[in-house]
Amino acid sequence: MISNELILAAGAGANPLLPNPWEILVTAAGFAVLLFIVVKKIAPAFEKSYQDRVTAIEGGLEKAEAAQAEADAILAQYKAQLLEARTEANNIREDARTEGAQILAELKAKAADESARITEQAHRAIEAERVAAVTSLRAEVGTLATSLASKIVDDALENDERASRVVDKFLSDLENQQNAGASN
Amino acid sequence: MTAFALPTASEPYVPPTISDTHLPEVLPWMAEYGTGFGKQMIMIILSIILITWFFKAAIKNPKLVPGKTQFLAESAYGFVRNSIGRDIIGEKNFRPWVPLLFATFFFVLLNNLFGIIPFLQIPSFSHAGSAYAMALIIYGTWIAVGVKNHGIRYFKLAVVPSGVPGWIMPLMVPLEIISNFLVRPLTHSLRLMATMLSGHIIVMLAATGARHLIVVQESLAMNSIGVLVIVGSVAMYFLELLIMVLQAFVFALLTAIYIQGALDADAH
Repeated sequence: MISNELILAAGAGANPLLPNPWEILVTAAGFAVLLFIVVKKIAPAFEKSYQDRVTAIEGGLEKAEAAQAEADAILAQYKAQLLEARTEANNIREDARTEGAQILAELKAKAADESARITEQAHRAIEAERVAAVTSLRAEVGTLATSLASKIVDDALENDERASRVVDKFLSDLENQQNAGASN
Repeated sequence: MTAFALPTASEPYVPPTISDTHLPEVLPWMAEYGTGFGKQMIMIILSIILITWFFKAAIKNPKLVPGKTQFLAESAYGFVRNSIGRDIIGEKNFRPWVPLLFATFFFVLLNNLFGIIPFLQIPSFSHAGSAYAMALIIYGTWIAVGVKNHGIRYFKLAVVPSGVPGWIMPLMVPLEIISNFLVRPLTHSLRLMATMLSGHIIVMLAATGARHLIVVQESLAMNSIGVLVIVGSVAMYFLELLIMVLQAFVFALLTAIYIQGALDADAH
């Protein structure tokens, strides 16, 4: 099927390895123009867009991190405040309790003093009255006894010295009797 | 233009030639293909306008949350920037090279994709001149980078491999010179040109062959084989699409690798 003529015919025409000088010129000049435009306009625009995006994303992340940090700080501050408030409340309560206890103790002490003072006063008054009563009783009993005895013995005992001795003896007996009764 | 002529009674199949697939030149008007300014060069200019227009429009009012167009453009830019630039050249030095890699990748990609767009229908880089021009620009660039970073010592660094015993040097140095300074720009350009041209030739052969089998041949069997060729060419279309994207990626990737090699010439 394939004759020599066919093969020769296929080999005819332009040699594909030999360039047309116009092609070299147009391609080189055209590529130079394209490269110039790419260097000046296209590549910087794409790099800028890329960089802007990187910046935006990183900026967004930074913003989010800042917001997070702020939230954390506020939370910490809030917790600290809460703790402070609790401590303060505890302190106030503690103070109140202490103060209450102190007031109570003071009042108790004061009351005890007062009662002691009143008791003391009462004792003193009683003692004084007792002394007064004993004195007056002694005088009165003496007088009574003397007048009774004088009535009984008549004026035999008009002699004062004797009378007073008898009375004293009587009274001391009386007192002894009384003391013995108290000690029993 | 014989392949596109009307069929005569029992016309033999004439395979198309390279010249057959081209329209006459625009400047001078209707001149023979290969002698002036033609369709392929118009497409080169068109690609520059389209790339500039699309990416400038997409990033005109950049939003923090991108819309569809901006997202597409940013993904495309980010792909070249990160997958080609940063991964190959390295985190430290890649930034100044992103525009070059970006322009290279999309220039080659769009011109390749022209090959599957009806009416344009030819990958610009199936023409050797364009591929040579691009490879030369890259070649000049990485040599300049090497000399700028390491001075004239760069040529020694580039051709004398370290850690190799001395007696093997007479063999290694010429090999390194050939592979780095002579073959590298050729493979860089011809890899692209050859894959694009072969894809273009396959499209051409499928079209003329199918036409011949269906229109000229008279047996039903031949006609149905012609239909099969058309079905097969659809699969080839998608294979071509894959190769076009892949070759643009490879071209830009090699550009990054050459620049990285020149930047870090003393690191190995």
